Amino acid sequence: MEPGLYHILFVSAALFFIGVYGFFTRRNLITMLMSIELILNSVNLNFVAFNKYLWPNRMDGLFFVIFIIAIAAAEAAVAIAIIINLYRSHQSIDVEKAEEMKY
Amino acid sequence: MPNAAVIALIPLLPLAGFLLLGIFKNTFRNSSGIIGTILLLASAFIAIYVAYGYFFDYGKVNGVYQKLIPFQHVWLVFSKGVSIDMGIMLDPISVIMIVVVTFVSLMVHIYSLGYMKGEKRFSTYYAFLGLFTFSMLGLVLSSNIFQIYIFWEGVGVSSFLLIGFHYDRPSAVAACKKAFIVTRFADLGFLIGILILSYSAGTLDFNTLIQRLTTPGSPELQNAVASSFLGISAVAWGVVLVFIGGAGKSAMFPLHIWLPDAMEGPTPVSALIHAATMVVAGVFLVARLFPVFAITVPGGLNIVAWVGVISALLAAVIACTQTDIKRVLAYSTMSQIGFMMFGLGVATYGGEGSLGYTASMFHLFTHAMFKALLFLGAGSVIHYIHSNEMKDMGGLRKHLPITHITFLIACLAIAGIPPFAGFFSKEEILLAAYENNPAVYWIALFTSGLTAFYMFRLYFRIFWNGPSLAASPSPSKGGGAHHGESFIMMLPLIILAIGAAAAGFIPFGKFVSSDGTPLETKFHLQFSILPVALGLAGILLAIWLYKKQSTRAGKIAASLGKLYKTAYHKFYIDEIYLFITKKVLFNLVGRPAAWFDKNVVDGMVNLTGNTTAAISERIKKLQSGKIQQYAIYFLVAVIGLALIFIYVF
Amino acid sequence: MESRVRGGPQSTRRNAKYKMNLLYIIGLPILTAIAVLASKTRSQIRWISFIGSLAQLTLALVLVIVFRNEREAGNTSQMLFEQTTKLFPSLSISFHFGVDGISVAMILLTAFVVVAGVLVSWNVEKMTKEFYFLLILLGLGAYGFFISLDLFILFFFLEVAVIPKYLLIGIWGSGKKEYSANKLALMLMTGSALVLIAMLGIYFAQGNVRSFDLMHIAQLHIAPELQRILFPLFFVGFGVFTAIFPLHTWVPDGHSSAPTAGSMFLAGISMKLGGYGCLRVATWLLPEAAKEYSNIVIVLASIAILYGAFATMMQKDLKYINAYSSISHCGFVLLGIGMLTTTAMTGAVMQMVSHGLMTALFFAVIGMIYDRTHTRMVADMGGLMKVMPFICTALFIVGLCSLGLPGFSGFIAEMTVFMGSWEKAGLFYRVATIIACMSIVVTAVYILRAVGQTAMGPIKESYNNLSDAKWNEKLAAGILILGIVAIGVYPSWLNDLIRPGAELIFQRIAG
Repeated sequence: MEPGLYHILFVSAALFFIGVYGFFTRRNLITMLMSIELILNSVNLNFVAFNKYLWPNRMDGLFFVIFIIAIAAAEAAVAIAIIINLYRSHQSIDVEKAEEMKY
Repeated sequence: MPNAAVIALIPLLPLAGFLLLGIFKNTFRNSSGIIGTILLLASAFIAIYVAYGYFFDYGKVNGVYQKLIPFQHVWLVFSKGVSIDMGIMLDPISVIMIVVVTFVSLMVHIYSLGYMKGEKRFSTYYAFLGLFTFSMLGLVLSSNIFQIYIFWEGVGVSSFLLIGFHYDRPSAVAACKKAFIVTRFADLGFLIGILILSYSAGTLDFNTLIQRLTTPGSPELQNAVASSFLGISAVAWGVVLVFIGGAGKSAMFPLHIWLPDAMEGPTPVSALIHAATMVVAGVFLVARLFPVFAITVPGGLNIVAWVGVISALLAAVIACTQTDIKRVLAYSTMSQIGFMMFGLGVATYGGEGSLGYTASMFHLFTHAMFKALLFLGAGSVIHYIHSNEMKDMGGLRKHLPITHITFLIACLAIAGIPPFAGFFSKEEILLAAYENNPAVYWIALFTSGLTAFYMFRLYFRIFWNGPSLAASPSPSKGGGAHHGESFIMMLPLIILAIGAAAAGFIPFGKFVSSDGTPLETKFHLQFSILPVALGLAGILLAIWLYKKQSTRAGKIAASLGKLYKTAYHKFYIDEIYLFITKKVLFNLVGRPAAWFDKNVVDGMVNLTGNTTAAISERIKKLQSGKIQQYAIYFLVAVIGLALIFIYVF
Repeated sequence: MESRVRGGPQSTRRNAKYKMNLLYIIGLPILTAIAVLASKTRSQIRWISFIGSLAQLTLALVLVIVFRNEREAGNTSQMLFEQTTKLFPSLSISFHFGVDGISVAMILLTAFVVVAGVLVSWNVEKMTKEFYFLLILLGLGAYGFFISLDLFILFFFLEVAVIPKYLLIGIWGSGKKEYSANKLALMLMTGSALVLIAMLGIYFAQGNVRSFDLMHIAQLHIAPELQRILFPLFFVGFGVFTAIFPLHTWVPDGHSSAPTAGSMFLAGISMKLGGYGCLRVATWLLPEAAKEYSNIVIVLASIAILYGAFATMMQKDLKYINAYSSISHCGFVLLGIGMLTTTAMTGAVMQMVSHGLMTALFFAVIGMIYDRTHTRMVADMGGLMKVMPFICTALFIVGLCSLGLPGFSGFIAEMTVFMGSWEKAGLFYRVATIIACMSIVVTAVYILRAVGQTAMGPIKESYNNLSDAKWNEKLAAGILILGIVAIGVYPSWLNDLIRPGAELIFQRIAG
């Protein structure tokens, strides 16, 4: 059976919600970052799938995917820098520990 | 025509003195008295020169004294036809007034050279005197009703400054505040009166205003009479309110309470401001607007008459009981001004009936002489004794011979004994009252007897009545230095005494009358018998009671009981005022207003602030600092919005 | 959109004989502010500010002279020296500047107060540079406000004038300064928010061609229904600045917490922004609504006048006394505007000028006394005349001016308002005028109480070796007294300056 758009969308939706679930439930910042990557990749998957199945002669979706990958890389770099700094100051990368920025 | 620049010098010279001495007070510390006096001397000479010119040269056209306006400058325009003009108006009363003011002021300037000697703020004193003289001259020369108001306030503030000259004495501070606020309150009436009159007449200029409001059938008059409030026409409201202003400044009942306290000022100041000049400003104001009173609002004139005579009687009664010599003189001033007021009140415009007007102005003139003299004499006594109280005095005739003689002349003049000045003017007033308003006449007659009594009570208590002083060396605080009678202080006394003795022989009616045409004043011998006899009776009573130390006076006072006590306490009018201001105004108006502002109005503002703060206190927990919590809000919101967009739109 | 609209139909446009670039008016304060920021030592800062403010004063005087000359040369345009520079053409926002007599008078007032304010702050030691910078900035806001003919720019400058006040009170203030600063800033911001709403309302009501230009809007006919909505927004919005009842409570707290110069600027300049806005924006742009709401304005003004005066009577702190009396005095401004006659409106502007000078002087004097006695409580003073004759003389002068004594500016302004108000026939107006007149008696009571207790009476032992004013204080007081007396003795120059402007507003209202 040739996989169709719906199959891919299903995978992508599953990936998205796995990411969301991970983001909400994990306390470890690295895991949360990984969850975000999952969300982003689910979006990438969507872009690629829509591009292939709906407008096969255009490249817009692919461009976006490349764009997102680049941004994700940059974001990961920044995020890890933040996490390292947080670890230095809090001796921990537990997100619950970093809640000074409240009222 | 007169030269405007020369006339303008009359008020401007004292003003120059004020500025010069006020700004460079340290430069002229010692010479300031001389400078002020010389400037005023020049001013007085010009005033007499102008008066001579006016009365004997250019003033009279076809037998009628004209109202001349040699100078007028538009100062502030309000609307078409309505503007404050600074001008000079010469007419008989203003010319008489400039002479009186400059003359008395000059006497006071000279006298103060001795009296205020050694005073620390000597230049300031002379500066203030200059300011007062300037304002007073500006007032009497005004050609515009707003101009008179401006200078009116000017004399008010100079009076305030001079009463409070010894600013470190709490009583002086209280007195000057009281004087200012009471007259200010009366000026409120004046101001509203001006607003009404100016609106009715469409002008602020005196001549135009009087002309428009007295010409029957003029549109302004019809308009002013037609528009009424509480059944009284606008023009009547206007003049009566203006009269309230005049009554305040002239210390008429019930606005007189400031005058006795004003005696806290240096005595020469009392002589100048609170006896001879400023306090008669109210009389002058009524005289200035006399045609409007007499022709358009005769009822207003009736009010003037009754207020005048009641004040005269009341003040005379109080004067009989006071023991502070300056206060006695203050009440006597109030009483005499009452005479002037009701003199105006019983007059009519033009012709025979206008005798009251002439008489009132005449009395103003003579009163200025003898009252200034009395005050300066009292000043000389106080200077010697360092006390205002009668009980510290007695038997001073040997120590202060010149003061004694001049004081006696002044007493005779005020008591109305011929041939002294007061006799002539008072007779005319009484005659006018007799012819127009008998009720007023009988009260006035009684008052004039009372006048003789209390004046001679004062005289005997100071100069006779036992040698209390000769025995005790000095009750003074100044280390026992009795200042004798220095020439510089006696000179004004002598000049004024001559005036008080002789001024009565001036044929006043020839110069001053309500409509400018000379008025023949006849001398009625039979009429004069009764007042003079009453006056003599008053004097005899005073001799009997006070010439020697005796207990008679005390016994009489005791037998009068309540009446005496009430009069001694000035009929408790001060207390009534105190009650109204302290209890009613402060506690019932001021305090609630302040409370309301702090708690209700500001409370609303604070309530808004506090409510906002309280709400934020409640909802701030939402910002927990937990990223995952925020993410959940975010997700829920996105889903919620998505649902709304899908199902609602 | 090119919006060079001229005054009334009767105006003639000819080549201006006398020219004045209004950019100088705001350029000078900007230069001064930059110079202050660039300077190093305290004395440099002070002198630069002083010279800068003096230059502003000179410029303002030049402006008055040039303005008069141009008027006398026959230029009857409503606004003189107009100039337009486009800022956002797409929104048709432009730097449109121009002055009429009213603005010129207000600019002059600002210049006077700025000089005096700079002088009395001579001894500020805490963050001197920032302090002077903020003072100059506040002045800049006021100057810009008074010359702007574009609502947007006008609003911009209004805000420029608000922010420094918050900092001045919050940093250099005394007492419960944080509370006062917050209160003041929040209330004034609320006012400007209302103004902003009304401003946008006027902007979007114009259909396709929209403009913030005052001169342009003045030519339009705004629907009465809309005017009825916009007028209260404008009037209350600006009214908060000028202490309209019952939104006046920032005045006492703000003034009493502010540093001396801050109080002077607050009462002398900032409160006038509101009055000017009420007149120039609310009344001029929305004449029908102004007429409809005039009774309410008069009632509020009368309440403020008498109620403010009575509330003053009970105050014990000199600054509170002056603050509350400012409420009363600013009531005259609103009364004059509410009466809508030429004379009354002229009087309102005069009262703004007069009150600005007078209250600045009053606060300056209070500051001088406080610096020496370290108390502002009236009851703790007494007999200061003996040790500080100059300061007490100034106190007397300002007191007498405040209670409306002839010879000082207060009298002229109040009388003009009274005369103008009395022109309106009708019992309601009469009663309002009489209420206003009554306040002059109450004013006399509280002023004499305060002044008498402070300057007169026996002196306290501990005050015996206090010193009199120093040169900067003398100069500051002298400059303000000069202004007060110049108006009081020869008022017609101010009257001539203001009246034509008021006349045009009146004509627009009369239709």
